[in-house]
Amino acid sequence: MPQTTTGEPDETPVEVPADVAPADVDPLVQLVSPTGERVVEPDNATYRSRVDHLTSEDLRALYRDMVLTRRFDDEATALQRQGELALYAQGRGQEAAQVGSAYALSPQDYVFPSYREHGVLQARGVDPVDRLRLYRGADHGGWDPAEHNVHLYTLVIGSHVLHATGYAMGVQRDGAVGTGDDARDAAVVTYFGDGATSQGDVSEALVFAAVNNAPVVFFLQNNQWAISEPTSRQSRVPLYLRGEGFGIPSVRVDGNDVLACYAVTAEALERARTGGGPTFVEAYTYRMGAHTTSDDPSRYRARAEEDHWARRDPIDRLAALLRAEDGWDDDWAAGIEREADALGERLRAEVRELGAPPTSAMFEHVYATDHAQVRSERAWFEQYENETHETTGAAR
Amino acid sequence: MTSATPQTLTFARAITEGLRSALESDPKVLVMGEDVGRNGGVFRVTDGLQKDFGEDRVVDTPLAESGIVGTAIGMALRGYRPVCEIQFDGFVFPAYDQITTQLAKMHYRSRGRLQVPVVIRIPYGGGIGAVEHHSESPEALFAHTPGLRVVSPSTPQDAYDMIRAAVASPDPVLFFEPKGRYWSKGEVATSPYPTVAAAGGADVLNRARVARQGSDVTLVAYGPTVATALKAADTLATEGTSAEVVDLRAISPLDVTAVAESVKRTGRCVVVHEAPTFLGSGAEVAARVSEECFYSLEAPVLRVGGFHAPYPVAKLEHEYLPSVDRVVDAVDRVLAH
Repeated sequence: MPQTTTGEPDETPVEVPADVAPADVDPLVQLVSPTGERVVEPDNATYRSRVDHLTSEDLRALYRDMVLTRRFDDEATALQRQGELALYAQGRGQEAAQVGSAYALSPQDYVFPSYREHGVLQARGVDPVDRLRLYRGADHGGWDPAEHNVHLYTLVIGSHVLHATGYAMGVQRDGAVGTGDDARDAAVVTYFGDGATSQGDVSEALVFAAVNNAPVVFFLQNNQWAISEPTSRQSRVPLYLRGEGFGIPSVRVDGNDVLACYAVTAEALERARTGGGPTFVEAYTYRMGAHTTSDDPSRYRARAEEDHWARRDPIDRLAALLRAEDGWDDDWAAGIEREADALGERLRAEVRELGAPPTSAMFEHVYATDHAQVRSERAWFEQYENETHETTGAAR
Repeated sequence: MTSATPQTLTFARAITEGLRSALESDPKVLVMGEDVGRNGGVFRVTDGLQKDFGEDRVVDTPLAESGIVGTAIGMALRGYRPVCEIQFDGFVFPAYDQITTQLAKMHYRSRGRLQVPVVIRIPYGGGIGAVEHHSESPEALFAHTPGLRVVSPSTPQDAYDMIRAAVASPDPVLFFEPKGRYWSKGEVATSPYPTVAAAGGADVLNRARVARQGSDVTLVAYGPTVATALKAADTLATEGTSAEVVDLRAISPLDVTAVAESVKRTGRCVVVHEAPTFLGSGAEVAARVSEECFYSLEAPVLRVGGFHAPYPVAKLEHEYLPSVDRVVDAVDRVLAH
């Protein structure tokens, strides 16, 4: 893969160190350049046709969700710094990959995220406070998966990619593939990262999906870093070729180009819903933040690299497109900022209110039916707590 | 199988008929695993099921245990009730992560919003002259994980009843089949397929069974060692010792009440399982008996089981496995107190 400089027209080209992940790779589906111009090439014609119907209102809606996702990220990071969250996994830089792909989903489609897909959850309508219950240490999940067809975050790397594949095999058995009924045919999308591609579960999921022709889209966000390990520690080939190796149609897309992410996902979903089987998408992007709030990227990556990718900011790119195409309006943009401010206020107030569940919650839902061990330990603990209260006269 | 009169079936066939009943009664039930379709499973437990229920419901999977369990979880989330076959005990470990970090916790972490009624069938235990990784007893590893039910039948009737209750149960169930008993025969009576509401609380998944009544010592066993304990009780009877045999059926939940009720009468307890005794399920039984029956005990609780060594070569397995002689020896020792 060639090393490049950014070459933006209004900037002096910057020397990029040799070990920096390149922002430009080839092949790469791109519909909007980093400076906000439409990319019109013969080989992206089919993808261009998938965004033709998007109006400037659609672009504004994408922009709004990306901005709100970034604000959510900043507020959650601040809450963690204030001791209000146990941990937070930042999604900064991946808003286009997440929001763009999620926009292509139908209501009946089902999402299996990892734990950084805050933009997907934003686009699917999962409540922002619910998204932080897990990171608050107040819940292991946080929302009702059935409400928005979004499964809970999965923290064990790659495990959920198999769940998505099995879910898609269930969709097949329900006869919800290839009927031609747009309201019935369904697909599954699962999100995972470059590190996860090394997990056996991800390879097994690709095997099961391929041989069963399952309606699942493997949406890999290659954000270049698995905590401190660059993608070069995970693979000697571009990651989208992994899918090809399993016989799955695969594509690499500019993960910081929201329209391109929308287009490749729309095509993959259509293939899945119509019975064409799985697709492997590599969204080539960058984790602008830390792995989590417990991580310090300055230990392992160069500031020059972060600067290099900062000039590829996905939100800036969409803003530039809107400006170039007369979709921008300062009053409208100010309104989104006010909405983001309100989101921040709500998060600061309501996340702080998320208290500990009652101690009885430890024992609830371990099993769906009565289990003697849980029942006896719960009874013992309740008696112990009551006796402790009586003895000390104090709350636990 | 439609006859209401009991039929004589092998243990393996009793499971087949239990699975057939589940597949007939609930269109969401699936059977999946390596070689379970056309081949009918390496032990023929799923023989004929793919022919009768089709390739979408009796699924030959790729050779990947984590993939089998992981996709089964996904199908369960979509509303299906997959029954996975792991070909041999020693091959379950690639799926151990999916079972313990995902399957066991899904209901809990979703606060009851998600159910994953997955059954994992595992032929287990030794005594069949097999090669490495084909004779192990890893049940305690799973019983140690909250969220899983862990059961092991010892008779064809229980095998039939327990597999159906396991499939109908809303909880994940690790179903350990004593492969050394697959060709033993017994009477099996059929019954209406259990409802989901009834299955979780079903006695066969929660309650121990007194396999033989006695008054001098309680032998606690499950799965393959119930037969060993019963033979030992026969031997002990010729020596004038009356042994009660309690078949646990479930290791999780452990029916401590039934064990304690027996030991309070007999005053002595010996636990028998093939798995290593160190931190095995017998250790839990012994601890609970000492808590519940302290003033009734005439002797320490003893365990007879595998040693803290990898399962030995087949030519040594009969020295490793808990034999009738070793059970009788342990009973002699608790009686000496």
